[in-house]
Amino acid sequence: MEIPYTTQVRPDTGLYNAKLGIWLFLASEVMLFGGLFSAYVLLRVGSPEGFWPHGWLSVTLGTVNTLILALSAITTLLAWVACKVNDFRQFKLFHGLTLVLALSFLCVKSYEYHDKWIHYEIHLKDGRIADGHLEEQDEKTVTISGRIIPGDQEQLLYDLRAQKTIPRDEIKLERSNILKMENYGPRHNTFTAIYFTMTGLHALHILGGCVVIGFLWGPGSRMWKTDHARFTNRIEISGLFWHFVDLVWIFLFPVLYLT
Amino acid sequence: MSESHSVNIKGTIRLCSVVLLVIICTTAMMIGLSFAQLSWPLKVTFILSVAVINAFLVASYLMHLLSEKKMVFTVLAFTVFFFAGLLGLTLWAMADFPVGTTH
Amino acid sequence: MEKNVQQFPPFREPQAPAVHEEHGHHGHDEHHHDEHHEHAEPGFITKYIFSTDHKVIGIQYGLMSLLFMLFGFGLMLLMRWQIAHPGKAVPLFGPVLEKMLGQMASGGVISPELYNSFGAMHGTIMVFLGVVPLAFAAFGNYVVPLMIGAPDMTFPRINMASFHAFFLGGVVMLVSFFIPGGAAQAGWTSYSPLATTIPTNGQAFWLVGMVLLITSSLLGAVNFIATIIQLRAPGMTWMRLPFFVWAQFVTAFILLLAFPPLEAAGLLQLMDNVAHTSFFLPTGLAVGGRLADISGGGSPLLWQHLFWFLGHPEVYVLILPAMGIVCEVIANNTRKPIWGYKSLVYSALFVGFLSFIVWAHHMYMTGMGQTIATFFQTTTMIISIPSVIILTCLFISLWGGSIRINTPMLFVLGFLPMFGIGGLTGLPLGLAAADLYLHDTYYIIAHFHYVVAPGTIFALFAGVYYWFPKMTGRRMNEFWGRVHFWCSFVFMNIVFMPMFMQGIKGMLRRMSDGGANYSAARVPGAIDTLPDSVMHLNTTILWAAIGLGIAQIPFIINLFYSIYHGEKVNSNNPWGSTTLEWQTPTPPPHGNFTVEPQVARGPYEYSVPGAAKDFTPQNEAGGPPAPATHAH
Repeated sequence: MEIPYTTQVRPDTGLYNAKLGIWLFLASEVMLFGGLFSAYVLLRVGSPEGFWPHGWLSVTLGTVNTLILALSAITTLLAWVACKVNDFRQFKLFHGLTLVLALSFLCVKSYEYHDKWIHYEIHLKDGRIADGHLEEQDEKTVTISGRIIPGDQEQLLYDLRAQKTIPRDEIKLERSNILKMENYGPRHNTFTAIYFTMTGLHALHILGGCVVIGFLWGPGSRMWKTDHARFTNRIEISGLFWHFVDLVWIFLFPVLYLT
Repeated sequence: MSESHSVNIKGTIRLCSVVLLVIICTTAMMIGLSFAQLSWPLKVTFILSVAVINAFLVASYLMHLLSEKKMVFTVLAFTVFFFAGLLGLTLWAMADFPVGTTH
Repeated sequence: MEKNVQQFPPFREPQAPAVHEEHGHHGHDEHHHDEHHEHAEPGFITKYIFSTDHKVIGIQYGLMSLLFMLFGFGLMLLMRWQIAHPGKAVPLFGPVLEKMLGQMASGGVISPELYNSFGAMHGTIMVFLGVVPLAFAAFGNYVVPLMIGAPDMTFPRINMASFHAFFLGGVVMLVSFFIPGGAAQAGWTSYSPLATTIPTNGQAFWLVGMVLLITSSLLGAVNFIATIIQLRAPGMTWMRLPFFVWAQFVTAFILLLAFPPLEAAGLLQLMDNVAHTSFFLPTGLAVGGRLADISGGGSPLLWQHLFWFLGHPEVYVLILPAMGIVCEVIANNTRKPIWGYKSLVYSALFVGFLSFIVWAHHMYMTGMGQTIATFFQTTTMIISIPSVIILTCLFISLWGGSIRINTPMLFVLGFLPMFGIGGLTGLPLGLAAADLYLHDTYYIIAHFHYVVAPGTIFALFAGVYYWFPKMTGRRMNEFWGRVHFWCSFVFMNIVFMPMFMQGIKGMLRRMSDGGANYSAARVPGAIDTLPDSVMHLNTTILWAAIGLGIAQIPFIINLFYSIYHGEKVNSNNPWGSTTLEWQTPTPPPHGNFTVEPQVARGPYEYSVPGAAKDFTPQNEAGGPPAPATHAH
């Protein structure tokens, strides 16, 4: 006996195997990201008044990435339709576009990560706080491009928009004056922690999607001729996964960038 | 593969353009809301509602969930219910602490 | 063993000789054609290690998980020695431990740190590497596709990947014993901040191992659900599924939806451990008398919520497949239909559903408020109803049957009261007032071990004895099976029954000296000291545990000896069973059925009045006509 319903639809469920499989998998993914979103909500609700960061992330870059993913979601759908109408050239075009868009998403994301990585919060011995992007450093001094925030206005650190009242400047600091220096990496506070974890896991999903899409675009597309129905299904399934990844981003964007 | 979709590229492109346009609009709306002078809970509610609309579009048209089978809906309904339970009950438990204690 | 897993070409004749026919059958596809030529090493690897046959994968899971269970049991024996004789070198194994683990076992004595890591790993291994893989993955893989009349699982390669992820997870767990600092020490629940502040990388290994194991379970769960929904044979309607399949179906859903939040929590804790974030570390956390160098702002309770969101449904992952096995064995050996099949099915579904909203009854001690505690007490009391219905149905099924007492049936008859004890002693723990006193005592240990050890594990033994003839074509030895049962039964109870008493007297779990110091620090005769009568029980338990270990030797020998030398079965259906797995050749070939079975009746048609035999297989025609479509 061979395994039935690999391409045909089972009459009573109306589904073929992989379609059910991917939806089950996506259900578990909902719970995975659901767990992380719950953690986010609880950490945020539990943080003391005024100490949850606002405006730390670039809305422009976030918007660009949102649109990139939305566009790529549409090209995957078109690639699937191209499969259905049996147009190989169009399929290659649309799926290739998906891949390019996915990779550009990752590029933008890495730029954002880098930006946080070179962003330092420096506590000085006189109580003031220097906050900005690292320009250069040697054994004696550290130069940043940013702002000096008075020690009694620490809350300004958490609200970038309010911070803009202080002019941005190139600041040279003596190392002997520095009490503690820490970049905006995951350990900086719970916001950066959850930001890096959630977007990191999301980026891993994008990467996984790239591998699958790349395979189906390249070597995997040989199946176009040998088993067209099954190949079309594969495109649909991978497309569903890709749309889900987009869906996660649709929530990550407002939650992390906008509120 | 007996989807009720119209199987031609042009029709799909038309549908997709509409969806894309709406997604752009909703995204712009979210950004606009984030600058609005509103109280925090109100702001979050508005922005997330727009996000839900956005997500609904992606799920129902791009993932063609609207024409999907009952089995898939059942699974997703349970998933959403359990997620709501996870978030809701945890929040409730965190909020309900005896007076004078913190967690 | 070799014979039972050979990959035969599809559509083999039912009684075909077991000898390989080199080119006998039309080698339609290249894959099978290739298989025919191998008798050398690469063939072995594709057949036994990279196999996509659900039966081979089931056996792989079974053997691996039995080994892990033996290992977890070994850890427990060492811990029991330390509890009964604190600070004394372990006899026989002491020098070995010192050699392998170094300073943590210097002089052959189990240090408190080592005790803690043994405790954490005993729990983890028994739950995630022993019972779940055996109950869900091993039996589920082997039996479910056969029972529903399917040729294989829906996604055979994902099935293989699932086993490999499980294997890797197991390796990571085992390796963690040998890294500097030793394995995880924060208990199987890994509560933060303890899990992050103990100076060992074992916790990071534990988390990586868990992520792998969870991945394995997820792949397995997707596969099981898809198989049960999509690959049921014609006529196998939902209400004709054997209860075992229902149990696995619910279990798979629990794994699918409850495990991911733990995976999320695991990732967060991994970040805490490796990237020094503070997801679960509160502001102002002091370690070793000094303020920890962390940002703070996290919540230790968040870990507990996410952990127990899986942790409680996990209990049903452990018990439901066992109930499924019990149901099959009871129906088969009472030779009468299961009493209340529909009640069983709906109860299982209800248990699965409700298991997602009871988790915080593990957290009454965290200082939660009255309202939320009331909510969780209510759901906890409600969930006991379907569990009781299931057990009652199984008990009533015995009534009026002409019961055949064989080894599987003995284990099942042992399961029923043992699980009953485990379940009923859980009720006080579900109520906050009683739980505040009993929390973290040996009472808890006794309670959940009664559920899982003489409960689930007995059912699993029953399953091994019951399906062994299908897997190998031979029976396990009946006499040694009975010896195995009676010794296990007696020693199991001597091990766990005294713990109820110890717990009620106030002996706390997780104390590496079994409470000696705790007692000594108190005023003699004070109400919270542990009397000698309670402390002496530690010695009794130690010897009973050793006895329990010895009682497993007949099983181990019996299992491997019978593969080659057991009594041959004279038919494909030696137990006279109705369900489809017995209507295949023995052992079933690759592709399982010679012809697609047409299911014509329910799963438990035993002793039907007027029938020729006392059992009517599900695929035997002549019953009420099957609905035309695959109706629900």
